[in-house]
Amino acid sequence: MDLSSINPLVLIAALMVASTPILLAAIGELVVEKSGVLNLGVEGMMITGAICGFAVAVESGSPALGFVGAAVGGALLSLLFGVLTQYLLSNQVATGLALTLFGLGLSALMGQDYVGIKPPATGDVNFGPLADLPVLGIVLFRHDLMVYVSLAIVAGVWAFLKYSRAGLILRAVGESHDAAHALGYKVVHVRLAAIAFGGACAGLGGAYLSLIRVPQWTEGMTAGAGWIALAIVVFASWKPWRVLLGAYLFGGVTVLQLNLQAAGVAIPVEYLSMSPYIITILVLVIMSSNRGRAALAAPAALGRSFHASS
Amino acid sequence: MIRLEKRPSPSRTVGMLTPVLAVLLTMVAGSVLFAILGKNPFLAIKTIFYDPILGEFAFYYRGQLLVKAGPLILIAIGLSLGFRAGIWNIGAEGQYIIGAICGAGVGLAFYPADFWFIFPLMVLAGAAGGILWAMIPAILKTRFNTNEILVSLLLVYVAEQILASMSLGLLRNPDGAGFPGSRNLKQYEAAANNELIVGTGVHWGVVAALIAVILAYVLLNRHMLGFQIRLTGESPRAARFAGVRPRLLVVFCLGASGGLAGLAGLFEVAGPAGQISIDFNVGYGFTAIIVAFLGRLHPVGILLAGLLMALTYIGGEAAQATLGLPAAAIQAFQGMLLFFLLAVDVLTNYRIRIGRMEAA
Amino acid sequence: MKRRNLLAGAALALGLGGAALAGSHEPLKVGFIYVGPIGDGGWTFEHNEGRLAVEEHFGDAVETVFQENVPEGADAERALTQMALQGADLIFTTSFGYMDPTNAVAGKFPDVKFEHATGYKREHANVSTYSARFYEGRAVQGHIAGKMTETNKIGYIASFPIPEVIRGINAAYIHAKRVNPDVEFSVIWVYTWFDPAKEADAANALIEQGADVVLQHTDSTAPQAAAQAAGNVITFGQASDMGEYAPMPRVSSIIDNWAPYYIARTQEVIDGSWASVDTWDGISTGMVKIGDISDAVPADVKAEAEAMAAAIGAGEYHPFTGPLNKQDGSPWLAEGEIADDGTLAGMNFYVEGLTGEVPN
Repeated sequence: MDLSSINPLVLIAALMVASTPILLAAIGELVVEKSGVLNLGVEGMMITGAICGFAVAVESGSPALGFVGAAVGGALLSLLFGVLTQYLLSNQVATGLALTLFGLGLSALMGQDYVGIKPPATGDVNFGPLADLPVLGIVLFRHDLMVYVSLAIVAGVWAFLKYSRAGLILRAVGESHDAAHALGYKVVHVRLAAIAFGGACAGLGGAYLSLIRVPQWTEGMTAGAGWIALAIVVFASWKPWRVLLGAYLFGGVTVLQLNLQAAGVAIPVEYLSMSPYIITILVLVIMSSNRGRAALAAPAALGRSFHASS
Repeated sequence: MIRLEKRPSPSRTVGMLTPVLAVLLTMVAGSVLFAILGKNPFLAIKTIFYDPILGEFAFYYRGQLLVKAGPLILIAIGLSLGFRAGIWNIGAEGQYIIGAICGAGVGLAFYPADFWFIFPLMVLAGAAGGILWAMIPAILKTRFNTNEILVSLLLVYVAEQILASMSLGLLRNPDGAGFPGSRNLKQYEAAANNELIVGTGVHWGVVAALIAVILAYVLLNRHMLGFQIRLTGESPRAARFAGVRPRLLVVFCLGASGGLAGLAGLFEVAGPAGQISIDFNVGYGFTAIIVAFLGRLHPVGILLAGLLMALTYIGGEAAQATLGLPAAAIQAFQGMLLFFLLAVDVLTNYRIRIGRMEAA
Repeated sequence: MKRRNLLAGAALALGLGGAALAGSHEPLKVGFIYVGPIGDGGWTFEHNEGRLAVEEHFGDAVETVFQENVPEGADAERALTQMALQGADLIFTTSFGYMDPTNAVAGKFPDVKFEHATGYKREHANVSTYSARFYEGRAVQGHIAGKMTETNKIGYIASFPIPEVIRGINAAYIHAKRVNPDVEFSVIWVYTWFDPAKEADAANALIEQGADVVLQHTDSTAPQAAAQAAGNVITFGQASDMGEYAPMPRVSSIIDNWAPYYIARTQEVIDGSWASVDTWDGISTGMVKIGDISDAVPADVKAEAEAMAAAIGAGEYHPFTGPLNKQDGSPWLAEGEIADDGTLAGMNFYVEGLTGEVPN
């Protein structure tokens, strides 16, 4: 065992990269759920984003265009969910699960010609001398653009929900669609916009996997990341900064257990592998028992269908 | 202008007809998909929907439909009780795994003894394993108010790790030359869940699924507990006035769904699957959530939804093997079927009105 | 019970008779059951390449069918039965978990030939097993790795602790150590065959802790990309060539080359000379191919590695030749003694010098 071989700064930098896909997907889902909609199709939207982004990047040679394509692809797929749940009032849980099934199949069909291809490389942002700063340089200034974009989205969502009028409307819709409707807000439109935003974010998260973190396209490559993103939203009790905390915590435990193994720590591997999930549960228990209101933090109208005449 | 108008009460006739409509719509959309992929759409649709029931090899497929539908129905029935009361157990996959491990573990502990009570004991252990695993989110919810969706979901991943650890460690077949996976229970008579009537696909899990359908029907329509479940789902506040104890209901609903999922896991591991292995679980726990909703959370509906879902699996496999359709196309096709089934359900509760909106 | 058995048997025989009848008129039908999608770029991809090679080699004389993403257990048994019913004459089942289903179905279809990859059970005369001696390729990799490492730290991404994987670690370690006594191995068990993101994280963890060679026993190219990003780290392609990462970081690879075997066995069925055998081939027959050693490797090292591969192929050298001790220091092979296939097939221990423990 040689713990000195683990450099904590490098570890933090690594966990930021490892967490970015679930962070992107989770922050999008947070907005969706804040509007009162539960979309369990995150995994399907992520993998669709992964192939859309990959295909666009390969065909155009531009990773940036790839990310745009991923966002569009994820949003389009999410609107399928949106139309079903908002106009045709289908059950959100079942529709979300169906969306995952459909997304996995669709992405595999789309990706048949993209197996074994290397996407164009995405470089790290050049911060010049900042990158050489002690401590902060490694942790903060040596990442690719999407890491900063994901942080910016978290900050943006936080500010949007807290300070903007549109954010207030979104939350009102999520708390009581009937009241919001009575006040003259377009409940369905607000929710569709939120769903599309969630789809776009999930698509970006998927593309981060296929274009930067892995980078390659293979069927089923998200390997459950979408489900983790869902868990993190609940874990964060629907607060943007806690989503960041949750995603980094989860990514951190994952990266840490691999590092501990590499350093030769004699902990049974299977327990290490389940540790991210168990630790997430434990933290959740502690949070919810400390604050008796944790369950109340959920948007009151979450998962309920809205119809104007009802 | 097209708009929806809520029916005073859900229409039974439309409710019966909508699934048929959905299947027809899926056939049309699926044909387009298959045609795009360069396959004969008519042949594909026939292979998926007709051949397994009435085709040349239907004598084999019909039994397989039951094998596939059994666990789906069993799990979905359990889940539907909680879903009706607004208790969201989406971790049935984990309870299914733990049930299988506990049941198989008990059976293997007796190997190679031959007692009549081994299989019944395994059944109990399977149910107990599922219940115990479901009690984790239940107790965390009642004690600490922790969200059961998250905990039950996360526990699926923990269960998968335990499964891998068991197939590589404790339950590994000592005669298996170091390879992962347990002994094959099908080859251990006292612990095997073999077909009750050979060639029909009917094993104890299918029987249990049918019993569960009947019990759930009786519970929901004739029993006080069923009334409380329905009331809690429809109006939590009214339920409290009516004397419903919410914590007890959480424990009951999660316990029932966990127990049935555990049973499904046990019947599967002792029968069709035969052994504990790293990839033992194939997603029945998640698919069952869809089945529960497709069946409108109604026991008979779930029975039919489970059979339909099984048909798309069996027929989809046949289409892969005979027509060379990629597995992904079948997955997308199943997704479409679900979308259509969910979409047309709107007609049960709402009427489509074409014309000008009346002044409110 | 007996009569029912008979009836079911008759029903199956009927289907079988039809198949045999059809077989005499139509081209030979060869089926493949895959555990993953053909687009996985690794294990299943290479088996499918083998299938395509069969199609190309025989042209119209042979028709192939396949089914991908088949879960092990009950679903595999159905997929196999389905293929046999629909007239397949020869079926390759390409994952260890298909062992019991393959043998079960083979018992019901005595006229269909079954070939099971990586297993050891041949319960019927119509079942063969085949596997590849990938450890031969690992030995060559170990040699190159030992020569090229400057930090003397070699990272190894392992999937599950099964004999196949442990054998690979041992073979690589023995040959790295032989040319570089200071070499150390860091093994990370990821408990998955395929999870690109996790493989990338594992590769990064190893590289950050000073490894400048990363070996992988998982199927995605994610570790290759991680090594490329880090610079100055070398890797080896796994399952397929992963040539898109040559010349750096991928300096060589082990390729699963099933085509010669699939073609030979298909030919034997056509000739009527097919018999149940256990095949464990390596470099000698081309089942294991060493991918092109890139120019990033110094010429002398490349020559040594190629010489070693040639010696293994010619049967002059065996990677597990004594003296070798087990990890705890107890003697395993005496000077000049060669490991027997039985011990290798069930290998569950590390050789002396490796640190850490085999999980479980």
